[in-house]
Amino acid sequence: MSEDLSTLIAAVEQADSATALVGAVRALAMAEHVEAIPTLIEVLGYNNPGAAVAAVDGLVRLDQAAVPALLAHLDGYNYGARAWAIRALALIGDPRALGVLVEAASQDFALSVRRAAAKGLGSLRWQELPPEQIAPAQTQAFNILLQGCNDPEWVVRYAAIVGLQCLATDLGTPDLPLSPVKKLQQQLQHLSRQDESPAVQARAQLALDHLTSTPSPLVGPHGGQ
Amino acid sequence: MIEPQKLVNAQGESFTVDQAIANLRQREDPSLRYYAAWWLGRFRVTKAAAIEALQEALSDETDRSPDGGFPLRRNAARALGKLGRSESVPALIQCLNCADYYVREAATEALGALADGRAVSPLLTLMAGGVEAAVLVPGKPHLVQPYGAIIEALGQLGDRQAIATIEPFLNHSVQSIQNAATRALYQLTGEAHYGERLVHALRAGDLQQRRSALMDLGAIGYLPAADAIASATAENSLKLIALKGVLEHELGQPPHSLSADSQRVMALMDSLL
Repeated sequence: MSEDLSTLIAAVEQADSATALVGAVRALAMAEHVEAIPTLIEVLGYNNPGAAVAAVDGLVRLDQAAVPALLAHLDGYNYGARAWAIRALALIGDPRALGVLVEAASQDFALSVRRAAAKGLGSLRWQELPPEQIAPAQTQAFNILLQGCNDPEWVVRYAAIVGLQCLATDLGTPDLPLSPVKKLQQQLQHLSRQDESPAVQARAQLALDHLTSTPSPLVGPHGGQ
Repeated sequence: MIEPQKLVNAQGESFTVDQAIANLRQREDPSLRYYAAWWLGRFRVTKAAAIEALQEALSDETDRSPDGGFPLRRNAARALGKLGRSESVPALIQCLNCADYYVREAATEALGALADGRAVSPLLTLMAGGVEAAVLVPGKPHLVQPYGAIIEALGQLGDRQAIATIEPFLNHSVQSIQNAATRALYQLTGEAHYGERLVHALRAGDLQQRRSALMDLGAIGYLPAADAIASATAENSLKLIALKGVLEHELGQPPHSLSADSQRVMALMDSLL
């Protein structure tokens, strides 16, 4: 490890105030060094939102290099830390995270975790998967996100809509059968009229507007055929 | 809405509306009564029998906490605040004289939520003596009255006669009360400098203060704060709740046509998920 990097890591470990910690984590994140990864992941569990944002930023800068450690060190006991790690995985978009995101979106008890996972499921870099795995992976994400539209927490339903909009816009395969298209439109129409939260109604309306004005393999005059 | 009949109680047994009301009415098990009061509020049970039983519970004498408080009364007041029925207003106003601070606080919040003008003058009465009287109770972690809740409720009630009473609390020594006064005065006057004062509080050194300013900005739906909310140093969960408040204020009544500002707020929310 270079001397500079050791100094940056030591500054994180020795920060004596919340503000000093944020500054130290930012500096370490800017170094964009793979050896910073364990320290950045540890910071996600410090219950300091400023430092966590900086650590997520650093992990996202490292992109694929950060993914194995993030997957290996998901904190099963600290949902705050888990939500930040899922957010980092979602922002990176590496499809190796699919299984973890599916589990987090559908089963985690913490709404901040389900929310971050739902967003991530819509924006994975599908083209990095072997071609034959793309359609089944997208279908799996699609079904989990449709379920997320019935989550009891408004913010999870909101995130599921964002994920679905992104997924529907992004789908590169025209192979999906027609039924998911119909389900998506029905679900968005239902949410835009019936959801108990006006914010969710508005987001569903925005997704519908977006999907009907953008040529998309999923939604459109010949969608999904 | 979730079907109450499909829900289970704390013991994992199915729990119907009638059972909840019966549990609230019985006198043998205080914990069952306490839970039933919460449940009726949580699942918005507005049946007349539920309202009646909750109002009765506001004068309960059986359930006492070690410090002399009335836990069931607190829960009953919170539940009535959620049920939105104006016939509960007189009973809740009675609670403002309860010896238990937390009953007064819960009743105040409920009266704010019910938005019934009859509550204005009883709430103003609790603020008699102004800032000078608004001091800590010796040996307790709270002031003599729930000023934060009272001021917020007065802001929600929207009666401008409260302005003169609230203004001096902008300088109260407790930051959260200053914020409550700022927020209420914005609601009562619509003057932007009050909104900007809360935006400024988003940069406070203390995380608790930033969190409280986020909640206030969401509650008043102050649109010019949207970007400052999104970039504040706080949990994304709280920023999302604050932006939801801003968005819903901007949306107004359904059916919603999405203004450019609504779409901008949603873009900020999307980025925080």
